[in-house]
Amino acid sequence: MMAWIAMVIALKEIRRNKLRSFLTGLGIVIGVSAVIVMVHLGKGASRNVTEEIASLGKNLLILSPGTRRRGPGGTRSDARDFDDGDVSAVEREFEDVIMAPLVVRPVTAVYANANVSTTAIGTTSKYLDIRDWAVSRGRGFAAHEVAAGSRVCILGQTVVDELFQGEGLLDVSFRIDRLSCRVIGVLEAKGQSAMGSDQDDIILMPLRTMQRRLAGNTDVSQIMVSVSEERSLAAVSERLRALFRERRNIARGAADDFEVRDMKEIAAMVEKSTSTLTALLGAIAAVSMLVGGIGIMNIMLVAVTERTREIGIRLALGARGREVLLQFLIEAGVLSTLGGLVGVLLGVGGSLLLTMKMTLPFVFVPEIVAVSFLFSAVVGIVFGFLPARRASMLDPIEALRHE
Amino acid sequence: MKLIELLDVSKVYGRGGAETRALDGIDLAIDAGEFVAVMGTSGSGKSTCMNILGCLDKPTHGRYLFRGVDVSKLDRDERALLRRRHLGFIFQSFNLLARTSALENVELPLVYRGLRKAERRRLALAQLDAVGLSDRVHHTPAELSGGQQQRVAIARALVTSPSIIFADEPTGNLDSRNSQEILTLLSGLHRERGITIVMVTHEPELAALADRVVVFRDGRIVSESNEPEPSGGGGSSRSAGPSGESGQPGESGHSRLSGSWGPGSELRGGGAR
Repeated sequence: MMAWIAMVIALKEIRRNKLRSFLTGLGIVIGVSAVIVMVHLGKGASRNVTEEIASLGKNLLILSPGTRRRGPGGTRSDARDFDDGDVSAVEREFEDVIMAPLVVRPVTAVYANANVSTTAIGTTSKYLDIRDWAVSRGRGFAAHEVAAGSRVCILGQTVVDELFQGEGLLDVSFRIDRLSCRVIGVLEAKGQSAMGSDQDDIILMPLRTMQRRLAGNTDVSQIMVSVSEERSLAAVSERLRALFRERRNIARGAADDFEVRDMKEIAAMVEKSTSTLTALLGAIAAVSMLVGGIGIMNIMLVAVTERTREIGIRLALGARGREVLLQFLIEAGVLSTLGGLVGVLLGVGGSLLLTMKMTLPFVFVPEIVAVSFLFSAVVGIVFGFLPARRASMLDPIEALRHE
Repeated sequence: MKLIELLDVSKVYGRGGAETRALDGIDLAIDAGEFVAVMGTSGSGKSTCMNILGCLDKPTHGRYLFRGVDVSKLDRDERALLRRRHLGFIFQSFNLLARTSALENVELPLVYRGLRKAERRRLALAQLDAVGLSDRVHHTPAELSGGQQQRVAIARALVTSPSIIFADEPTGNLDSRNSQEILTLLSGLHRERGITIVMVTHEPELAALADRVVVFRDGRIVSESNEPEPSGGGGSSRSAGPSGESGQPGESGHSRLSGSWGPGSELRGGGAR
């Protein structure tokens, strides 16, 4: 009954003074929407990164020579490359994996007046299977082309755009460094990688073609191994390591001079770091909610002073202290809850919009919406208590005299 | 029947050397249906007395009997309930809620009574009609003249059918024409509905409208006179009639209110006594 009376009065007062009500709730609106937007952007970014790592290929192990050291000169490797013998050894050791050897080389592609620096990869047709990458126009490598080292190549979308500028290009020949090469296909666009590099800035050719005609040796710079879902990646990784320690004559106790990278592990690591970042952003935004609460307290305190006369009238007409207290508490609670509601709408809307603009996936996180909304109501009541108490303690005679 | 009785009531502010005795052993009785004018210079103790009578303050010493029940020991909330159920106030500065329609202002005490909206509206409209403002119900105080504002305040005081109305210089902020209007209204209510009124005023010609004039000086009552009304002896003799019968409207109002009376239930016994 008492709560009902206080509720009726509180709602009347909120409607009576719309500007003050708006300002009181504004802090909470901003706080709640900031928390929601931050967390959703963080989640979206995290999902984006993991999706892109997954786009490299599922259950993928990447074998590369040397332990990579990052320094002022970029990433360097000081160990010798693999060679065809290593590739055959892996093929012999594992019959049930898909593997692709890679030779990666920076090249300049020339066609007509266009001149593009890009990366050429010599590999086999398995590479596209491992990376789950489709050819959008033309075709992939035929078995005989791979075996013979034919001068054919498949272009990434970026290279197509820069070199051919929309001209018809299938079966057209162009130059890669000294080599003349015929275009047989175009890769489907993949976009940026997790590390920010353009995955479409690439030219694929058969491994032999690369080794014989461009590199002039039989080195292999990377071996990709894709393991079927049911097999343990860790076990395969361990066997590969043992195999290569033996092949490369590494003494017991000495460090590996090659690396087996597990993409799943990397994905987990990246995800962990982005979720830490999300939590951090959310925490910063939560502070703004606290500030919103203090804003409520501020305005309510001012309102109590400004409304002293009103409180005096209410007391004289027979309002009890607790009814005045409840009225002000409900005003604060309703305003912050309304603020929370608007904040949720703005936050979710803003998250949708921003993730769209930033081409991030939108991952809805209902927990954070619920928590920030509930928190907004609590904030109003907690920070509304002091002003409400002050109002309820006023002496009616003094309050009526207040100008 | 005595509605209100102050027995040897004192009010002391401050302590020790700084002690100020605002009221010094007052005895005062007001009957149901009486119209009492309270006069005195500022600092005479009349405002303190009004605050105590209106249960906005409590006496330091002495007893305050309301319908025979001692209310001088009630706490803050109990006094609030007493005001809510039995008292009406009219102030010099009107004290209406700003930016609030006349209707809602009059409804306000009914909100604290817990009445439903339709019932509130009905009673408030009836009361606004009684003070002649039925065409101004949706105006806010800023859109009303001083006299109209005070009439809204009177409607607000009357809407709960209180046992007594305290009017603190109700015409103090009004020009003579509006003052006259308000006084006519108040004395009419007193005469026709037998409402008990205690009114503070500075002007002897206003006090003359009352059945009785109580004059304060230095915290004491220096004179109580039952002057005959200058408007005619008939008025005086008639006033005895309604004040005797005024137990009727007063009583009916009271019994309705006492139904919801919580903590001070002894008051109901007092009323029945």
